This record gives sequence, C-alpha cells and structure tokens, in this order.
Amino acid sequence: MVDVASPAPLADASQQAVAAVPNKLEVRNLTIRYGSEAALRDVSLSIREHEIFGIIGPANAGKTSFLKAINRMDVFTSGMRVEGEIHFAGRDTRRLNNVYALRSRIGVVFPLPVGLPMTVYDNVALSPRLRGITEKAELDVIVQRCLTRAALWDEVKDRLNALGSLLSGGQQQRLTIARALSQEPDLLMLDEFSIAVDPVTTMRIEDVLKELRQEVTIILVTNLVQQARRLADRTAFFLGGECVEIGVTEDLFTGEVKDQRTRDYVEGRFG
Amino acid sequence: MNTANPALFQASDLNRHNARVQRRYRLLFGLMTLLLITPVLLILGTLLAKGGSAISWEFLFSAPTDGMRTGGVFPALLGTIWLVTVALLLSVPIGIFAAIYLSEYAGDNWFTRIINLAIINLAGVPSIVHALFGLGAFVLFFKFGTSILAASLTLAVMTMPVVIVATRESLQAVPPAFREACWNMGATRWQTIRRVVLPNSITGILTGVILEVSRTAGETAPIMFTGAVFFTPFLPQSVFDQTMALSLHLFVTATQVPGIAEQVPFGVALVLIALVLTMNSVSIAFRMWLRGKKKW
Repeated sequence: MVDVASPAPLADASQQAVAAVPNKLEVRNLTIRYGSEAALRDVSLSIREHEIFGIIGPANAGKTSFLKAINRMDVFTSGMRVEGEIHFAGRDTRRLNNVYALRSRIGVVFPLPVGLPMTVYDNVALSPRLRGITEKAELDVIVQRCLTRAALWDEVKDRLNALGSLLSGGQQQRLTIARALSQEPDLLMLDEFSIAVDPVTTMRIEDVLKELRQEVTIILVTNLVQQARRLADRTAFFLGGECVEIGVTEDLFTGEVKDQRTRDYVEGRFG
Repeated sequence: MNTANPALFQASDLNRHNARVQRRYRLLFGLMTLLLITPVLLILGTLLAKGGSAISWEFLFSAPTDGMRTGGVFPALLGTIWLVTVALLLSVPIGIFAAIYLSEYAGDNWFTRIINLAIINLAGVPSIVHALFGLGAFVLFFKFGTSILAASLTLAVMTMPVVIVATRESLQAVPPAFREACWNMGATRWQTIRRVVLPNSITGILTGVILEVSRTAGETAPIMFTGAVFFTPFLPQSVFDQTMALSLHLFVTATQVPGIAEQVPFGVALVLIALVLTMNSVSIAFRMWLRGKKKW
C-alpha cells in the first residue's frame, strides 16, 4: 500500500523511484558460491522499509541462498562463499563483526516448521531470554503478544507447557512465526512457509503478514506465484542463480514484463 | 448393487509366500536374541549358584585374611570404586568437551577427519597396550608411582575415545534444523549448544558413560601395572596410594591361591557384577528421569 504509486516496472527505473523511501536492504553484485558452483550470480536489488518483497522462481534458483547471505549464515555454513555487498539499515553486513546482533534483528521462517523440542512457552521466550530478559512477567507479555499476532494464541493458551514439537504442522509453522516475531525483528524473511501447511492456515498466516507489514519489512520467498501476487508489493523472479526481473508485482502478472521467461514462469508454462 | 469382487481379498500365492518368508525371518531374529541372552543368564546363574553362599556382610565389609582364603573383599571393593570414580571424573568431562568441540565447532576438513579417525582407532587399542603406556607415562615419567592416580589416568585414557565417540554420535542425532533455527535468532554457538543441543542429547551421552562405567570397573590389565596390587593391608587414603581392585582380586583368587574354597572367586565375581549393575542402574534411573522431561 506504500509504493503502488511508482509505475515503473523496470528494474533500473524502480530503483530510482525507491530513492525517496529509505531502503531497508540494499544488495549489490551479490554472488554466492558453494565450492566452485555458483548458486547466485551478480544480483543487485533493494528492498524498501515496510514493503513485502516477493521472490519467486523454481527450485535451485538461489532463493534460499539469497536469504542465508542476508542473515550472514555463510559464517556457519562450510563451503559457502559470498561476494558483493549487502547493506542492512545502512550498514554493510559483510563488514559486521557482530553477526549475532544482525541475526537477532532478522526473523526467519523455514519451509518446514521447526518447533524446537521445548515447551510452546519456551519456544517463544527463547529469543527474549537470549537477549537477557529473565523476568517472568515481562516474558509472559511477550509470549502472549507474539502468539496472538501469529494467530496461534487461542489454540495453545491452555497448553503453553506442552512440547512445541508436538503441535500439528500448521500450528508449528505459526509457532515458528511467533518465535520470529519474539525477536522484534526489523526484517522478516519467509522461505516457502506454506509448503507444509494446509490452505486454511496458509490464508490465516497471509492475513497475519498483511497486518505485520505496518511494522516490519518482509521478504517472501515462495514457489506459489499466486501467493506472491496476493501479498507482495514488488516481486523478483530468480532463475538458475540469476535475478531475471524485478518489478511491481501486478505488472509481472499483467504481462508488463521485460523478459519472456518471466511471463512463461508466471503463466505456469515451466517451473 | 453389490459389485465387490469376492476374489479381491483372497490370499494369492505371492501373499502366502511373503507371509511364510516373514515368519521365517521373525523366527531367525528371535532365535538370535535368545542366543544372545542365554550366556548372560548362564553366567549370572552360575555365579549365584556357586558364589551366592560366599556373600555375607562379613565378606563385603572385611579384609581378606589367611592369604585370601578367608575374610572378605572390602579393600578391593573400595579400590574399584576409587579407580572408577577418579577415572570417570577425568575422562567424562574431557571426553564430552572434546566431543562438543569436534561436533559443534570444528569445521569439516581433512584435519578434523584425521582427528576423528585417530579417536576411533584409539578406541580399538587393546587394553594391555594402554597398560604399558600408563606404566611408561604416568608411573615412571610423571613419577606418580603405582598409585590410584596413575591407574585411573590409564583407565581415563582408555575410556576417553569411547566417551568422545558416544557423545559425538548423540550430538549429531540432534536435527541440524534445531541448530539453524536457533542460530538464525542470533544465538551464539554456545547458547545453541546449552539451550537446544545438550538438553536433547544428554540421555544418549549418559548411555555412553554408563557403558564405560562397566568397562572401567572390569578392566584388569591397565591397572595391574599402574596402581592395583595383589594384596595390601591398608585401605587407600588418597589418590597417591596403591589399592586392591575387584578385577585383579578375582584374577588372584581364581588362579594364584592354591587351596582356596571354590566359592570365594565366584563370590568376588558376583560382587563385581553387582557393583557394576548398581552403578548402571543409578545412571539409568537418572537417564529415565531426564527423558521423562524432554522429548521431540
């Protein structure tokens, strides 16, 4: 709801239009290699504050690697090498010594829900505890707020002491979102979150995301192109390690594309 | 209208064949299990039948007299407890910490692979070789003399590789997704280990430690050159004393003392097994208590 005013579908033009709104994330000439194989080649893009930025593309497009690079998970991934610049909130993350502080500002939701083998309460209280919050009353407030915002509170409020890993798949995914929110992140990255979730839960989570955009910037990696259409302000199309096209989402779907491959993918002709 | 095919659920030749094969394999596996527990039952039965009559308060809590022919096993019992406790106090922390480093911190490169290979090989070194190493290193070079310390160090060196391997296995059984979820929140490696990895691998680690308790208590070769003695009238006062030990005492009473009553060595063996089982059941109970608290 922020940026539809800018009618520029072309990558370079949209980057100029963006200049007025502060960029949350700026990526320049990003290349990611595992060993000698490049997973992502020379990607440049910028993501604005409070937008939902969609990334679509088939398997092996480099979408997940892109997220890992932003989060500096390359430090913990053997064989992963990152070249180029990633500026987060104005700071070059490649030069950060304290990657932990960076990661704590970025919430991540994985394709398969990861309920940590601890209670529902502890799952959500983990991040605040890592930040040094120990007071029970304060933790209670955070846990309830995050579970409520992840649309899970009503289902688990009577069993906060049950194991998080024993919840159903859809509930665990919302638990994962609640856990990401408990970090009070500036940026939320969702990696194909609906892959193991039923359609009803998916719609509920999508509603949650629409509300969250008031407060956080969201990167939504998805292989459901219609999901990108429903949620994303702008969308990038990744293919085989290349960023083929970035544009206002609606333009990609109404055929105002630069590259024929984008049209083919969006219309379901391959992928 | 009923269109169900009556032949649909009738057993075909293939079905019958599969069922027959499956029964045969079940029988085979069951027989192997039976074969496995038979010696255990025979050993325990023989020990109880032949050594049961030797067990008494006096046997447990008095020193051997008349060249081991009468009296009890108390110095040896106490010595074994000393040796096992000191050895595990040394090997368990070091082994677990090393395993955490190898599994959680060290990258996967040729150097750590060589270290892992070395550890696995070390676990396979015969105990008599460890005994000679202990004699050379701890008794002579470090001048600990034949003492509980030297013997326990030797036992510790011997058990450490197994502790490391068992600990590493249970650490790696924790799904990587748990670690990644935790790292992505900004947790350090140590925070992740403490809050997620260790709580979910501690039962497996304890299993490794339990197995080592039994092995340590039963070992004879590594201690007979380094700290355990044939007979001493004194109870150990510190780790620098020599001591008797149940395993060596069993060897001595079974082979070195002419004219000894048959029930004595069987009684010693029974005490040794009972000691190991007691130590094991304490840690098994602890493990069950931990497991009751966590599960994914």
